[in-house]
Amino acid sequence: MQRIGVFVCHCGTNIAGTVDVKAVADAIKNEPGVVFSAEYQYMCSQAGQELIKNAVAENRLTGIVVCSCSPRMHEATFRKTAAAAGLNPYMVEIANIREQCSWVHKDMLTGTQKAIILAKAAVAKVNLNTPLTPGESPVTKRALVIGGGIAGIQTALDIADAGFKVDIVEKNPTIGGKMAQLDKTFPTLDCAACILTPKMVDAAQNENIKIYSYSEVTEVGGFVGNFEVTIKRKARYVKEDVCTGCGICTEKCPQKKVPNEFNLGMDNRHAIYIPFAQAVPKVATIDPRYCVKLKTGKCGLCEKVCTAGAIDYNAKDEYVKEKYGAIVVATGYNPISVDKFDEFAYSQSKDVITSLELERLMNAAGPTGGTLLRPSDGEHPHTIVFVQCVGSRCDACAQKGKEYCSKICCMYTAKHAMLIRDKYPDTDVYVFYIDVRTPGKNFDEFYRRAVEEYGVHYIKGMVGKVSPEGKKLKVQGSDLIYGKQLHIDADLVVLAAAIEPDKSARPLATMLTASMDTNDFFTEAHPKLRPVESPTAGVFLSGTCQGPKDIPETVSQAGAAASKVIGLLVKDKLKGNPCVAHSNELMCNGCSTCEKVCPYGAISYVDKEFRMPDRTTKVRRVAVVNEAVCQGCGACTVACMSGAMDLKGFLNKQIMAEVDAICK
Amino acid sequence: MQVNGYKPLIVAFCCNWCSYAGADLAGNNRLAYPADVKIIRVPCSCRVNPMFILRAFQRGADGVIICGCHPGDCHYTSGNYYTRRRMALLFSMLDYLGIEKERTRVEWVSAAEGAKFAATMNDFAEKVAALGENKRLEDLRCKK
Amino acid sequence: MQKIKREALISRASELLKNGTVDRVFGWKRGEFDYDITPALFHSADELEKDFVWGSLCGANFSKYLVKEAAAGEGKVLVFLKPCDSYSFNQLLTEHRFPRDKVYAVGVECAGMLDAAKIKAAADGLSAIRETENSVIAETLYDGDIEFKPDDVLAERCLNCKSKKVVAFDEMLGENGEADASARFDEVEKLEKMTPDERYAFWQNELSRCIRCNACRDVCPACTCEKCVFDNPESGAENKAAADSFEEKMFHIIRAFHVAGRCTDCGECSRVCPQHIPLHLLNRKFIKDIDAFYGDYQAGEEVGMRAPVVNYTQNDPEPGDVVGGGANG
Repeated sequence: MQRIGVFVCHCGTNIAGTVDVKAVADAIKNEPGVVFSAEYQYMCSQAGQELIKNAVAENRLTGIVVCSCSPRMHEATFRKTAAAAGLNPYMVEIANIREQCSWVHKDMLTGTQKAIILAKAAVAKVNLNTPLTPGESPVTKRALVIGGGIAGIQTALDIADAGFKVDIVEKNPTIGGKMAQLDKTFPTLDCAACILTPKMVDAAQNENIKIYSYSEVTEVGGFVGNFEVTIKRKARYVKEDVCTGCGICTEKCPQKKVPNEFNLGMDNRHAIYIPFAQAVPKVATIDPRYCVKLKTGKCGLCEKVCTAGAIDYNAKDEYVKEKYGAIVVATGYNPISVDKFDEFAYSQSKDVITSLELERLMNAAGPTGGTLLRPSDGEHPHTIVFVQCVGSRCDACAQKGKEYCSKICCMYTAKHAMLIRDKYPDTDVYVFYIDVRTPGKNFDEFYRRAVEEYGVHYIKGMVGKVSPEGKKLKVQGSDLIYGKQLHIDADLVVLAAAIEPDKSARPLATMLTASMDTNDFFTEAHPKLRPVESPTAGVFLSGTCQGPKDIPETVSQAGAAASKVIGLLVKDKLKGNPCVAHSNELMCNGCSTCEKVCPYGAISYVDKEFRMPDRTTKVRRVAVVNEAVCQGCGACTVACMSGAMDLKGFLNKQIMAEVDAICK
Repeated sequence: MQVNGYKPLIVAFCCNWCSYAGADLAGNNRLAYPADVKIIRVPCSCRVNPMFILRAFQRGADGVIICGCHPGDCHYTSGNYYTRRRMALLFSMLDYLGIEKERTRVEWVSAAEGAKFAATMNDFAEKVAALGENKRLEDLRCKK
Repeated sequence: MQKIKREALISRASELLKNGTVDRVFGWKRGEFDYDITPALFHSADELEKDFVWGSLCGANFSKYLVKEAAAGEGKVLVFLKPCDSYSFNQLLTEHRFPRDKVYAVGVECAGMLDAAKIKAAADGLSAIRETENSVIAETLYDGDIEFKPDDVLAERCLNCKSKKVVAFDEMLGENGEADASARFDEVEKLEKMTPDERYAFWQNELSRCIRCNACRDVCPACTCEKCVFDNPESGAENKAAADSFEEKMFHIIRAFHVAGRCTDCGECSRVCPQHIPLHLLNRKFIKDIDAFYGDYQAGEEVGMRAPVVNYTQNDPEPGDVVGGGANG
């Protein structure tokens, strides 16, 4: 039997104004288990807490009920008080007689009656409370960053700077991501490569960072502090540690008709290739889809010209298992496919391109060496039309596009328009837009410069149709401000395609048991207060995998994710929430129902031997809860038919006792 | 709350992260609702076992309401989706047994919706009071 | 009535015993009366020859017995599965309730099972029930033989047969059929169309007859808990015998809820109820609601399916929109 002390708080007049606190303290005295009750003006004050501590000592209390404000306010306070008095902090329950009683009921009698009932319910619960201790688990002091774009690189650098080991897994042969493909960056117009490639080199040279390029995560097990991850290192047919990156093989390779993905297929590369000059690691990779030697067994030229002896045609995919304390998802984005937008004739004309393709066309390392030329005939375009929101903010055509705003297009289009007008003043540039959205430091100024200083024609309205006619693209659009139809004969049309999460994100989310929204963006633990954490403990979010962002935002989020990871890795042990699920193995059927509703993958099954009453033994499958992973929602407890699964701190019989006390 | 002189007893199961905080907010803003509503805090609406609901009715509750986070906002990502299915099925079954369907309700109330919490409780209490005493799901031995 | 004959079952079971595929056989044998057939475990061809029974009174579903028996012996156990039984078999496999590799399942074509209670009610002094190809003959002490058309004395679950397809078997005796659109929800709909008062009166009348013998629970292949919540003092719902009309309702509501999404609608609960309470109407309400709210679902159709109660979509209907949606909504 518990020895419970009940402490009724006046909260000045906040409670005492509507609740007869003396009556509450008196009425509760006769409840089973209660050996002490008192009221005081401010229980949360130093003096109030002392009163509780003394009462615990004098009356040998085993449990405490505080009738006061909401537990969301002072539960932690009173738990600390209990601990200071030598009690287990989870032997405290709060009866919320302020927010849910004195403040919402005007009449003293009703308020007092309700307060007594709430106090009785709390007493009934404490009678069934047991001391709880949070579980502890060790922390593997190594982080994994999935994705090697600017988000992943920045996160890894920040974690490594704090002195922790961090691995980057990148599915492409080089890190760098989308930013490596960009020409200039807004709003400062500095060159993307100039600010990115030093960071790539930093990452490669940092002794705390290990880069798994051309690799993918295939399996994730474990939990916060103790993840076990399998990484597939795809066969690149070139020994990474032997290749010097001299590039001779990539020139001699006879198979040179491979669409170059780095330039979005606008030129060709060889079957053995280094994606771009500043690639990290700077190592060649053989594309098995095109390599003649790998397909037919004939050729072998690259092996002959490689003085380092780095070529290995017999290479196989390798699997590496590694342990991590934290995982950062930085899987990034891709522009959506614009093939479905027939009205813009993307698949009919080479001169209708996406903005990312324009980046490559304007880049000195791109297919045209940085001179803006039409893809169809290599001529200089004189009239260029930009179409905004292609697939973004798309509700009517939700099948084709996305409902959200892709956020970056307004700014990069202003950048493109400005750069073109700067370099080729004889070019007319039109931008069709729904709204121009430029919140951000120096963003609106930037856009206004495009309009005011560079004379870019911004037209509010959408393009209805683009039709190729001869060498021209006939663009029909509406100008909503002047209320007229426009016909423009354009040489080049640039589509600001919506961005969407990388396709690899969905299966990864399943492996991580991290949640996603309907658009496949990762969900943050709290949209405002925990924006870089996923709801799954130990999994953090960096960059566009969480939602559309530009580079500055990505970098700041990457840093934020890194600081969360550091905050985790710096701990030697993790203390869990003790209010977690627990399965009584004697009653567990092993039916796997609870496992299906657990959002955290905290439940697993083991075969366990049981001694039966007749002295035989029987092996049964039973559920085991990983207390470090369980967050204590209780979904499993209701899914469990036999009642084997229960939630500590919110036991079936505790809640039932509260119901009984209220309904008595 | 009284309708035809009857004061109902209402048990409200509230999710710690949303509707319990919503109830606190109703308190902060001094938005009155009947004292007949007694709140039990649960970590998530998905913690509410049908057994708790039947037990409340057995012991003489006249109405039971479950409040959780809005779909999509669950603190545990999916708990309220399970609540939605379980309670749709359970309440449909109670209705099938002839129990007045106005005695049971699921409502999504966020931590910011103090006003909605108070309005919901006022409305629910009024509807339950109008039905009068719960006679179809009570255990007479508990009524002493 | 049954196309497959007793001899076919016995000879196949004996063969499998002889060649060592199995070392024991679940089958049916005579109970207290000729028409009172009961499940039994056979260990030899001789035992089979002597006591094994097969006919339209062999309603018992063996799937649940496998939970205890499958892992109990050295070798495999043979089990005959009628279409209904096979759904329960799969559902139990989904829940890891017995090891599949310890069972040899023989699917049996089924022409429907008789409701002995219906015959007993119509034939005073019943002593035995015989079947011919197209009729059922009740032998009585006073009135001699009374002939019935099978449709008049078939079990309710067979009149509303949901499937003639055996969904799990190692081998099949006879033809395998197909799942069928049946009228099994008609009774539920009729109840839904009543007023709440009428429904309450209906169930009050039915459930108040409950004597809490637990036969429905004990026979139910979905009720295989190591310890039932109603037997567990820790659960807060321990309740050995209903003392009040609430407890009858509580027991049946919770039992139906616990098997919701897992009940294959095998109808055993109603078959064994000594008080003839139409318990299947509770389970079918859940099945009908699940189909209506979340899409058609047949528990046990395949192994490994995720039941709708442990699943969700973001666009599920709200309880307030669907409850009472039948006729009074």
